[in-house]
Parts: sequence; structure tokens; C-alpha cells
Amino acid sequence: MNPINDPITEAELHAFVDGQLTPERHREIDATLAQRPEEALRVQAYRDQKRELRALFDPVLDEPLPQRVLAAARPRAPWYAQRWVAGVAIALLSGAAGWGLRGAWSTTSATGSALATARFAQRAAVAHAVYSPEQRRPVEVDAAHEDQLVTWLSKRMGAPMKPPHLQALGYALEGGRLLPGGQGPVAQFMYRDAGGRRLTLYVSNEIGDLSPAASGVRGGNPETAFRFAREGQLNVFYWVEGRFGYAISADADKPALTDVASEVYRQLAAAAPEPAR
Amino acid sequence: MTPDDQQLLSWVPRLRRYARALAGNRDDADDLVQDTLERAWAKSALWRGVADMRGWLFGIMHNLHVDGVRRPRVATQVLDDDTPEVAMAPAQGDRLAVLDLQAALDLLPLEQKEIVLLVALEDMAYADIAKTLGIPIGTVMSRLSRGRERLRALMDGRAEPVRLKVVK
Repeated sequence: MNPINDPITEAELHAFVDGQLTPERHREIDATLAQRPEEALRVQAYRDQKRELRALFDPVLDEPLPQRVLAAARPRAPWYAQRWVAGVAIALLSGAAGWGLRGAWSTTSATGSALATARFAQRAAVAHAVYSPEQRRPVEVDAAHEDQLVTWLSKRMGAPMKPPHLQALGYALEGGRLLPGGQGPVAQFMYRDAGGRRLTLYVSNEIGDLSPAASGVRGGNPETAFRFAREGQLNVFYWVEGRFGYAISADADKPALTDVASEVYRQLAAAAPEPAR
Repeated sequence: MTPDDQQLLSWVPRLRRYARALAGNRDDADDLVQDTLERAWAKSALWRGVADMRGWLFGIMHNLHVDGVRRPRVATQVLDDDTPEVAMAPAQGDRLAVLDLQAALDLLPLEQKEIVLLVALEDMAYADIAKTLGIPIGTVMSRLSRGRERLRALMDGRAEPVRLKVVK
């Protein structure tokens, strides 16, 4: 075979660069390239690209793994996914460990995508920042009309939306409003303490659609993972449960917010119907 | 830990390397890795049936990245592989600025960038790339060819055939 007349396809040229040809064909092309300076130049350029890309990114291989990545790579401890009660206690602990680091999400498991839930928490924080300073119109429907509020939000959200009662923790319900979320409506409940500081509970029914549990991959009882985020002075405590994402935002310290989150979770769990089997 | 658990951990450095090249910065890359691992655990019941763990993991990452990249942006018209390339008039002085590799890489369309990277960083066989990305092998080859040629032109600072996008 005369190598000069032997056509080299574009695909073969790349396979030559990448060592993905049979040894025989590799030798043939090698011989042919000696007489084809233009192709030989391209082969050299592509080889240089590969070498430079490796030089640029190989150092990543030797970096120590960030804690959150390491945690995500580890198997779920069996107790974790068992029951929400255990989940709450453990998630609170691990969440507390990561507390105060801006953008450091809890290192435990997450139901759903970290990116999607982080966006959700950010929207909750923004909604809090927008409405909580309002003196005259913090809510659309006030707590005096709680029945109407529940009926309205439940209808628009397509699920029962009953605000948890937090008087025992010093927060009185002020009311609630409907807000645009990423794809549809979200509900915001507003509370205030005796000092006038506000706390909001933000409920979305979109977030769960993104989670593996909701898409039926894991099936059964989805676990709950609590996460913390900090936006400036604002602390956000959020989690995903089934189809719903919940975020509690307040300019309150960690222990106070943790108590609120536990109580909200407890009331929601108590109110939720048993899952169909 | 069972062997499977160790196996997942052992892929993490390589997932991070690829994610870094794909996402361009450390935080976004590690978000992507974290999401990939979480998704992998969520599907861990399927591991027994996965012959090519690397392809499976990189495929998960591909899907998450495509979702993550597309979601926040304004909808754009996707140009398919049959769209003719438009030769742009050479820029002033017949030269474009010589770019460094990272900057040049970021100018590649995602579909080309992924394949250039899987070949360069992972030495992945073309057939495995086709499976990982869920595309025909012919598409893998044409995107590899376009991606490499475009990267070469960008690195050389040449005016090059670009697809309806002027790079100055």
C-alpha cells in the first residue's frame, strides 16, 4: 500500500492522536504523516493541547478534598435515613458544626440537588429581606384572618398550608403572603417576637420535584437534611421534605433559630397525613 | 465500608478535575461534584448493574451540569452539528489576542468542551464517551474535531471559523 495515496479520515487523525487505532493502522498513519506536513502540524497541536490541559488540571488531583465533597462521597449511615426524629437530631448537630461559614452548607446528605436547594434558600432570604422591614404592610392577609389565609394559600399552593404556631418560642404569627417562586407560587408566613424582630417561614412546592426521592429513585420515606446558610446578618435554616422546601429566615442567633426549626418541623410532621402505602 | 463505597471515593479526585475544567472555578466545580455524589448515592441500588462506573458517574455529572448551565440563562437557540460554520472576517490586524488555555477553553461550546476534556483528561475511549453523553459516536468525532480545531485557532490567535459568535 502506498501511504501517500491512502486517505486519512478526520476521525482517524484524532484516533491517531489519542492512541485509539489498531497498532497496524497507527503505523500506517505515522508513516503517511511524514509526507503531509499540514496534518502532521495538526497532530502536533492536538497533542500539545492534551498535554497542556493535563498540566493545567492535573494539580486538582492532588488537592485535599473539601469536607463537603468528602462527606457527600461517604455512604449514608444506616440510622440517618431511618426516621425523621433521628434525622432531625443528627442534622442539627452537623448543621451546627458548619454554622457561621458563609455558603458552607451542612455536610450531611441532602435530599435533592445542592444547587437547587441553595437557590431556594437564597430566594427565601431575599423574600425575608424585602418584606420583613415593612412596617405597614408586612403581610397580605393578617393573623386576625388566619382561616382565610389558610384557605387562600392552601388553594394556591395545592396543599394544606397551615402556619405553625410559635407563641411558645416567643414568636407571634403576623400573617402571610403569596410570592412568585422559581416556577410557581410560594407561601411566606411572617412572625414577630416581643422586640419586633421578624422571622419568616418560606414554603415552596417546587423544590421537591428536583430531588431524587421525589422522582421515585429512592422510594419509600425520603430523609430530611437540614442546612444552614448565612446571608449577611440573616440566618437561613432550610430543608426539603417530600415535595416541599421549607426555609426559616431570621436575624436571630443559631440556638433560637434551631429551636424554631425543630418546632416547625414537629408541627408539620404531626399535621402531615400518613403517607399512602 | 463495602468495596462499592471505596470505589465511589476513589473516583472523587478525577470527578473534581473534570468538574474544575468544565465549570472553570473551584466553588461551582465542587457544587457539581457534590451534587453528582449525592445523585450517585440516591441511585446506589443500581450500582451492581453498572459495569463502567466511571462512565456512569461522568454521565450523571454531565446531566447535572447541562441542567445547571441551562436553567439560569435566557433560552437560546441550539445550533446543531449540521449548522454550517460561518467564517468571520478577520479582526483588525488579522490577529486576535492570543488567549491562555483556560480562557480559550471557556470559549468552546459546552458540547465540544466536554468531549475535548474527556479525551484529554480521562483518556476515555470514543465509544465510552458516546455512551456517557448519550450521543452517537459520529457526533463525538465531529464535536472533537471542531473543538480541537477551534481551541487551536484560539490559542494561535487566529481568526477562525466561529459559529455565529464574534470573539474579539
